[in-house]
Amino acid sequence: MTLTIQHLYYLVGAILAITAVMTVADRDNPKRFSSGLFWALYSLVFLIGDLLPPIWVGAGAVVMALIAGFGGVGAGKHTPRTPAEYQTSAKRLGNRLFIPALAIPLITMIGTLSAKHLTVGGVPLIDPKNTTLVSLGVGCVLSLALACWLTRESPVQGLRESRRLTDALGWALVLPQMLGMLGLVFSDAGVGKAVAYITTSYINMDIRFVACAVYVIGMALFTIIMGNGFAAFPVMTGGVGVPILLGVYHGDPAVMAAIGMLSGYCGTLLTPMAANFNIVPAALLELPDKNAVIRAQVPTALALLTCNVFLMYFLMFR
Amino acid sequence: MQNVVNLWPLIGVAVIIVGFILRFNPMLVVIVTAIATAFAAGFPIDKILATIGTGFIKTRNLPLIILLPLAVIGLLERHGLRQHAQNWISSIKSATAGRLLIVYLGARQITAAIGLTSLGGHPQMVRPLLAPMAEGATEARYGKLPDRIRHKLRAFSAATDNVGLFFGEDIFVAFGAIVLMSTFLHEAGIDVEPIHIALWGIPTAICAFAIHAWRLHRLDGVLARELAAHAAETAARNGNGNGNGNGDGTLSSAKGA
Repeated sequence: MTLTIQHLYYLVGAILAITAVMTVADRDNPKRFSSGLFWALYSLVFLIGDLLPPIWVGAGAVVMALIAGFGGVGAGKHTPRTPAEYQTSAKRLGNRLFIPALAIPLITMIGTLSAKHLTVGGVPLIDPKNTTLVSLGVGCVLSLALACWLTRESPVQGLRESRRLTDALGWALVLPQMLGMLGLVFSDAGVGKAVAYITTSYINMDIRFVACAVYVIGMALFTIIMGNGFAAFPVMTGGVGVPILLGVYHGDPAVMAAIGMLSGYCGTLLTPMAANFNIVPAALLELPDKNAVIRAQVPTALALLTCNVFLMYFLMFR
Repeated sequence: MQNVVNLWPLIGVAVIIVGFILRFNPMLVVIVTAIATAFAAGFPIDKILATIGTGFIKTRNLPLIILLPLAVIGLLERHGLRQHAQNWISSIKSATAGRLLIVYLGARQITAAIGLTSLGGHPQMVRPLLAPMAEGATEARYGKLPDRIRHKLRAFSAATDNVGLFFGEDIFVAFGAIVLMSTFLHEAGIDVEPIHIALWGIPTAICAFAIHAWRLHRLDGVLARELAAHAAETAARNGNGNGNGNGDGTLSSAKGA
């Protein structure tokens, strides 16, 4: 049997369904019904999302956004242990605490690298299309078993802790997927074409340096809008890169592509649209300012973008 | 041909920028933007909902990397993982937050460059290990930290993971971005070896390391200055007979009873 990403969806759906039940049962959560509905709808997306007509899923996504948008997702009360209890436990378990934590990346890595060789009777054990994510899932399950054994806790406690952290994240957990969806709506609606049309029609690119700067900065700006360098690359490269940098100035395409994409990544550092990298970590680290991670990245991103303009100019026309 | 381009969907870009600037709830901003953009493109209502639904299903893989490790990390936190990470780093006398993060930045870039992108990440590395260590190293030098400094250290830990990952992974030939770039160029009639694209990512990667490491190096100086000022202020206040009201330390107690 091959472990596929579909199995992970069932696993995540089950975790979210349990979270929903725990939330509704939690009398300390002032918004237990609306929060419970939010997590229940989200669990359905994973459990049966691909079986439902897309219109229903779309309606469900809109309902989820409305619940979250009008403050319907609240957190339950999770009583922390006392600082003394944490210290005692930390002293008792010591470096062994690192083992399950480091086991997740380690198992993910081993799974990813050895996936090609893990076959039984010609059938791969790990879905070759999603080796990293499936290995991550395996790593998390194995590591949970290890952590339960080490701390003498039950997997149910693990689920309670999972809900505690899910509560801390709140709707921010769903934001990356919402933004990913928006990116697809943008491309279906032709936003990319419109942006490319505007950039190429209104900027004078007769000067080679200006053309380089437009491509580099355009990649960053477009990534800020779309939240993803992969979405910006075809648009900017099709609109400016291929016709002007290659077509008119005959630059080196490998340099153009490499530095262009990395300029897009500078944009990723600057945008709340890249929720997985910027907004979710702020929620995960319980920072009061949702943009704190972006603020910490702005100087690095702008300095690097400036470097990229010059690197592009000097390396592409060696 | 240029007349065919419909500029109305750009309204979506305006909606999202205004929404984020005015700090409306991001979930509302996103859904309103999606509906406005699809409407501007001339989609009927049922197609708008179906486009949203299809997009939402296609992107289901995005939250996996955050959701799956939560049970393990939560369980280990309950048993003192964060405290142990702090104790452990504070036993290393030469450790400072800046130095720790520079080492992590370099390690993250190199491991990402050889394809080990999953050796880091916010849920499994930054929250349970890196951020507590940055706090622990600073605390070992200066004592209890004010919340503002604590938050700054956490934000820098998350930022360092991002910079290391982004400007490392593109040097790895088998990474998706390289494949995407060479496929796109191939379709435009230009053939480029993926290895060349990977190699030309190196100059930017070096600049990224130099710039961010220099900022982390400066962070140590900023911390020393700000914490000295804070200590003087606290001492002055204590001298007047007022107790100081530092925020309490652990993450989980931030929301506690």
